[in-house]
Amino acid sequence: MYEHDVIVVGAGGAGLRAAIAANEAGADVAMVTKLHPVRSHTGAAEGGINAALQEGDDWELHAYDTMKGSDYLGDAPAVETLAQNAPEETINLEHWGMPFSREEDGTVSQRPFGGLSYPRTTYAGAETGHHLLHTMYEQVVKRGIQVYDEWYVMDLATTDEDDPNDRECHGVVAYDVQSGTIEGFKANNGVVLATGGPGQAFDHTTNAVSCTGDGHAMAYRAGAPLEDMEFIQFHPTSLPSTGVLISEGVRGEGGILYNSEGERFMFEYGYANNSGELASRDVVARAELTEVGEGRGVDDEYVHLDMRHLGEERIMDRLENILHLAEDFEGVDGLVEPMPVKPGQHYAMGGIEVDENGQTCVDGLYAAGECACVSVHGGNRLGGNALPELIVFGKRAGQHAAGEDLGEPEIRTGYGDDVEDETDTELPVAPGKAGLETSGSVAADGGVTADAEGVLQRKVETARERVDTLMDKEDGVQHAEIRAKLQKAMTDYVNVFRTEEGVKKALEIIRECREEYQDVYVDDPSRTFNTDLQQTIETRNLIDVAETIALGALVRDEFRGAHWRKEHQERKDEEWLKHTLISWDDGEPSIFYRPVILEGENKTYEPKERSY
Amino acid sequence: MSTQQAEPESQEAPEDPAMKGAESPAADEQNGGGMVDEHAEKAAELEGETVHIKVFRYDPEVEGKQEPRFDDFHVPFEKGMTVLDSVMYARDEYDSSLTFRHSCRQAVCGSDAFFVNGKQRLGCKTQISDLEQPVRIEPLPHQEVVKDLVVDMDHFYDQMHTVEPYFQDEDTPPVDDLEEQRQSQENREKIKMSSRCIWCGACMSSCNIAAGDNEYLGPAAINKAYKFAMDDREGEEIKEHRLRILEQEHGVWRCQTQFSCTEVCPKDIPLTEHIQELKREAVKKNLKFW
Repeated sequence: MYEHDVIVVGAGGAGLRAAIAANEAGADVAMVTKLHPVRSHTGAAEGGINAALQEGDDWELHAYDTMKGSDYLGDAPAVETLAQNAPEETINLEHWGMPFSREEDGTVSQRPFGGLSYPRTTYAGAETGHHLLHTMYEQVVKRGIQVYDEWYVMDLATTDEDDPNDRECHGVVAYDVQSGTIEGFKANNGVVLATGGPGQAFDHTTNAVSCTGDGHAMAYRAGAPLEDMEFIQFHPTSLPSTGVLISEGVRGEGGILYNSEGERFMFEYGYANNSGELASRDVVARAELTEVGEGRGVDDEYVHLDMRHLGEERIMDRLENILHLAEDFEGVDGLVEPMPVKPGQHYAMGGIEVDENGQTCVDGLYAAGECACVSVHGGNRLGGNALPELIVFGKRAGQHAAGEDLGEPEIRTGYGDDVEDETDTELPVAPGKAGLETSGSVAADGGVTADAEGVLQRKVETARERVDTLMDKEDGVQHAEIRAKLQKAMTDYVNVFRTEEGVKKALEIIRECREEYQDVYVDDPSRTFNTDLQQTIETRNLIDVAETIALGALVRDEFRGAHWRKEHQERKDEEWLKHTLISWDDGEPSIFYRPVILEGENKTYEPKERSY
Repeated sequence: MSTQQAEPESQEAPEDPAMKGAESPAADEQNGGGMVDEHAEKAAELEGETVHIKVFRYDPEVEGKQEPRFDDFHVPFEKGMTVLDSVMYARDEYDSSLTFRHSCRQAVCGSDAFFVNGKQRLGCKTQISDLEQPVRIEPLPHQEVVKDLVVDMDHFYDQMHTVEPYFQDEDTPPVDDLEEQRQSQENREKIKMSSRCIWCGACMSSCNIAAGDNEYLGPAAINKAYKFAMDDREGEEIKEHRLRILEQEHGVWRCQTQFSCTEVCPKDIPLTEHIQELKREAVKKNLKFW
């Protein structure tokens, strides 16, 4: 058994920032990651970091833009914390040596991005995430923070009181990918989940194959609700054949979208008469698919993104990486021809429900970054708002887990007297547990709450049994088959345009996937670097997470932000200014709602019509 | 840990005409037989072509894999298919024990550097149609093989850490100081290429000097040091400290300018030039002191 004060799971931007903050607060912190830190998917972020740095800009404008972008489903205390802290955190990165792009006077460069009233997206070429990731990993090396790389966290060591609000998290169970050894990691103060997004629930995604929603699924099964999971961002400019991301920076610098008729459709068809290509991402993604649906798509599949008019010099200076991506992954030279693009799953606005300090309703369990939902992004995340979220809320989670006092949070978590139960939606199939659960769910033995080490030990044993079962089984279904079926269902039915019938169909297929998973087995008999085993466990996580996305998409019968419903094409503020929460409830999921907080520090954000 | 290395002509899997997809002795009928035929047929209808890949296999624990061998797979070709796509397909459809690292699929995580047809390349950014068949896919040479295409990266990471790979500031400003350090566009441009390294290890694997001298810092670590040494935001004193680390016995002077690292770098970093420039900087520094 390993023991540290704070265990950070995942080593992308949020995890690294949490670890540095916990270390600076004096805690003995360790990172446990299924990759090596520099392999984390933060490295693929291209565009930049929104921060009100310049004179003429201020945090209140950033907060307003973010709230409007969220379609009034962001919680004001979270949104304002982000906007207030982003400048300091961005400058801090600069002092850690991050190679930002520069202006002539030597200050850091900022550019326009979708949905922003001021050009406040701070960038380092079109590879901002790469530099942010490496800069923070350098700081982790500098501080001598312990990193257990290529250790896959399978489960949380959480107590099993009936009410999740009474539970405590004492550590994690992980297996060493290289050797197959399963060990407990005791966390004396807290566990911070920073495991990134669940993009692999879809089959056309900009996300890495490692983005399997592990943290979401583990926290969910441990009792922390998942919040607003129906809000999935589809990025308007991904390459059609691979899903590789073409940064919004291209449009920020002046790139133009054309349909097959050569029309600049964002204006010609009135999708966004003021902002055009730089409208919010959900608006542009729907516009593209509408064009394709009405027969004005190229090859009936995509539209064109043209940046040729920007000129070689400007492109090489600010968007060089885009040229390489278009060339290597689509065989297109962005200097001489337009690039084909279509919407691709990109980001999950929802996640593990946390407060401003990163804490879930389970004591000692924190989450930060894409796996968490504070909620900053509400119904739709603005480009350039993910990276500041990582550093602002990663830091706060690390500090709080290390024992620093950050004040009383305004955001509440867990089931409580301020929530409203879902009552009137009929589900086509029962969600949740299928048959015998051998997958490390809470309350495996319904037993007594033991001391921290006892809880951890019991979880280690459960994990070992689970792996033995998967490895001993001689035949059955392989994870790849189930995963492919799940991904296809999500992309077919829970995509940009959603119908009640389609989402119900998805829930039925997810149910089938659950049942097939009862018969899953691992063919590779080796304990050495068994990726077959790891992917099998990840697939279970994907099933749980995909189900919450589809459930949220079914119950929310309105159109808000990235969530569009065919039968309900209007935002319903009287009914839906509330977050969707889904709780695992030991295998029989329940749905409830918590009102959104629109009262900020100095003002109340009144919902307005969202036009760009 | 084993020290098995990929031998160019080791232990070929016998051809079995009955199996169109996986010809590996490890792939049994139940696992792939029927499905393989089906996929191969579909592909034949669509594209009429499969790609023949020969993949290095080794697992210290599994009988039949303890001696390194090559398995043959015939993967249905699709436009835009990369080397990574081909091994992913082989794994998902034919043999789930086929093991390799991969994550982002877009040449930024640096996980999937392999030795492909005799050259270090990133699997995800190498179009398979550009390669001569059969495409031979092996783990990076000069590193211990953990399993199949997975090599032990610890030595690579150790060398990266040796050069103090973090920004060192002479006077760190107070946290509440909202002023960035100034850096000229020219200086940012100067360090741009060096900052693109994704730690894939291709350069180190291609370097003859690193193969013969285990303590040689290697191109990636020297390039990391270059990024900081050339950054005007770090002071002169720190630059001298960095040059002292680099001119040690196993540092920059080991490089014999063979350019193999530069040739294989998937991010087009002029590694050899950076090493040469640091040699000149080291000479200048020493002249100053003498």
